[in-house]
Parts: sequence; structure tokens; C-alpha cells
Amino acid sequence: MIFAFDIVILIFLIVAAVIALNVKDLLSSSMIYGIYGFLICLLWAEMGAVDVAFTEAAVGAGVSTVLFIATVYNTRRRSSD
Amino acid sequence: MITKVLATFAVVITGALLLYGVSDFPAFGDPHSPANAGVEGGAPSISNYYITKSYEDTKVPNLVTSVLADYRGYDTMFETVVIFAAGMAIFAILRVFSDEDDIEPNETHSEGNTFTDGDHSRIIVGTTVRLVVPVIQLFALYVVAHGHHSPGGGFQGGVILGASFIIIALAMDLDAALARFSEKSYFRLASVGILIYAGFGVLCQVLGSDFLDYGILQKIFLTDGPEMARSHSMLGVEVGVAFTVTGIMFAIYANLSSRGTLKSAL
Repeated sequence: MIFAFDIVILIFLIVAAVIALNVKDLLSSSMIYGIYGFLICLLWAEMGAVDVAFTEAAVGAGVSTVLFIATVYNTRRRSSD
Repeated sequence: MITKVLATFAVVITGALLLYGVSDFPAFGDPHSPANAGVEGGAPSISNYYITKSYEDTKVPNLVTSVLADYRGYDTMFETVVIFAAGMAIFAILRVFSDEDDIEPNETHSEGNTFTDGDHSRIIVGTTVRLVVPVIQLFALYVVAHGHHSPGGGFQGGVILGASFIIIALAMDLDAALARFSEKSYFRLASVGILIYAGFGVLCQVLGSDFLDYGILQKIFLTDGPEMARSHSMLGVEVGVAFTVTGIMFAIYANLSSRGTLKSAL
């Protein structure tokens, strides 16, 4: 473990999580969630869990972001009720 | 306002409790922790066993794959079943069948929504995707086939393979992706994947061993010992996982992006 690298990743992780929760636009929110996934992937690769990092990069950051965007695309800005 | 304060309060308390619990954990990579060194006078360490013995047992260099696909074969098998069930649930909730939509696809097809027709941005994106998709698929197959020698395996390779079809659907439209990977074929692929996995287990039982105890399969693979049979079975099982994950990933995308109509998505 490289301590300085860890700290940088963890700070970015928290920043990305807070922004993803607070941003008004759902599309930006899901994009930032993808960034969050890649940061976690980086953290795991750095800790030596390469298989988990690979899964996170493919599933967490890649496909689930696309699924979120596909879902957001089918929503409207204003609710109908 | 009061709910917001209460929610913040609950989150902070829970976070503090979690941090307090974590503080009791052994340090990262601590060789003397019970998980790594075993309990004194009690159970020996399981991670020690995996690290020292798994290569002798299975001849698979990637420790993670040998644990996931062999020692904990049940776990991985039912993980695959969970993914399959998730795909089925999304199919059951979202999929819409209606007769009036059946007239539409002929219309859109006659417009010529192929890779390179249409506006200019579609030409650029379509050409890039056409160049990139074969590379992605080849890499996905490498990840699956090489999962027991390097990082990777059925889940990762399956997701990448499914993502290559999602990219086609994103760059063109869903019809183009469905023409290459239809609803019938992806669900068939997903079911065949689980059948392959469970088939390996049942085959072991038929030959007189336990479910998913691959060592007995040396009678079929004609290997020198049970080790190589376990290695080959792991590859077969990973292929099954990859089939299921590929099919279900694309199924989830297709149903989510088109509101279950499988037409005119994104």
C-alpha cells in the first residue's frame, strides 16, 4: 500500500460520492457514479486485488453506468403527478 | 427539515458505529491475524491452505479463480443463478408485447439505419464502433479463456462480451444489435450457460463423486491426475458463467433502454 496514493484516491472517492448525490441532473449524477466506480477499481488494484478491480471496472464502472444512462434516458424532468 | 436532521443524525451514528467496529479489525495484510495464521490450538488457517496448496491441488496459477470456481463452486454457481434470475425478473417486469408495435420495425428498417448511413456523426461513431467491437470481443474471449492464468474469468469476460453488443446498440440502434443477438438467442445463451455449469456438477455425480468435485472428471478428460481435470473443468465452468453473463447483461440493457418494447431505444 502506498499511503499518499491511498489518501488521494480516498479523498477523490468521497468528493465523487458527495457530488453524485447532490448534483441535480440525473445524467451527470450517473456519470459521476461511474467515476466513483473507477476510483474504487483503482483502490482495489492498488491493494493487490486485481480480479476484484477487473470486475469493478467492467461491471461497476462500465456496464452499470450504461444501464443508469439507459434508465435516465427514459425518465422525464418533471413527474406527471 | 426535521426529517433531514433526523436522517443526518442516523447516518452519522451508523457511520460512527461502523468505524468503531472496523477499528477492531486486524491490520491490512497482518500475518498474525486469525484469518492468515489460524487460531492457536484451533482451526488451521484456510487462506494459508489456499496459498500453499491450491496450485498443487488444481494446477491453476490464479489463486482467485481456483478458489471461486473449484473450492467454492457452489457459491459461484448460485451467483450465476442470481444473475440469471435478475435478468428474468427484469424481463418479467419490463417486457411489453403489443401487436401495434409489430408494424413499426419494417418502417425503420427501410430508412436504412445501418452503421454508416444517416448523418455524419453516425458515420464517425459507426465506423469507430465497427473497428473497436471485434477487438473488444476478442479481448473478452481472451479474458474468459485465460481466466485461470491471469486476472479475469467468466464474469469479467461475459460482461465485456455483453458490453460489446451494448456498444453496437448505443452507436446505432437497438434493432441493429438485436439483429446480431436476438432476444431468443440471448436467453438461450444464458440458459445454456447455467446448464453447462450445473452439467459439470451432475457429471461429477454420475461418475461417482460429489456435486462439482471436478477431480473425478479425469476419466473423461483423460488427464494424468485429478489436478489437470480440475483445471480443465474450471475453464469449462468459466465458459458457462461467461455465457450467462453475456446474455443477461445485454437482456437487461435491451429491456431497460427500450422500456421493454425492444424497439426504438436511445
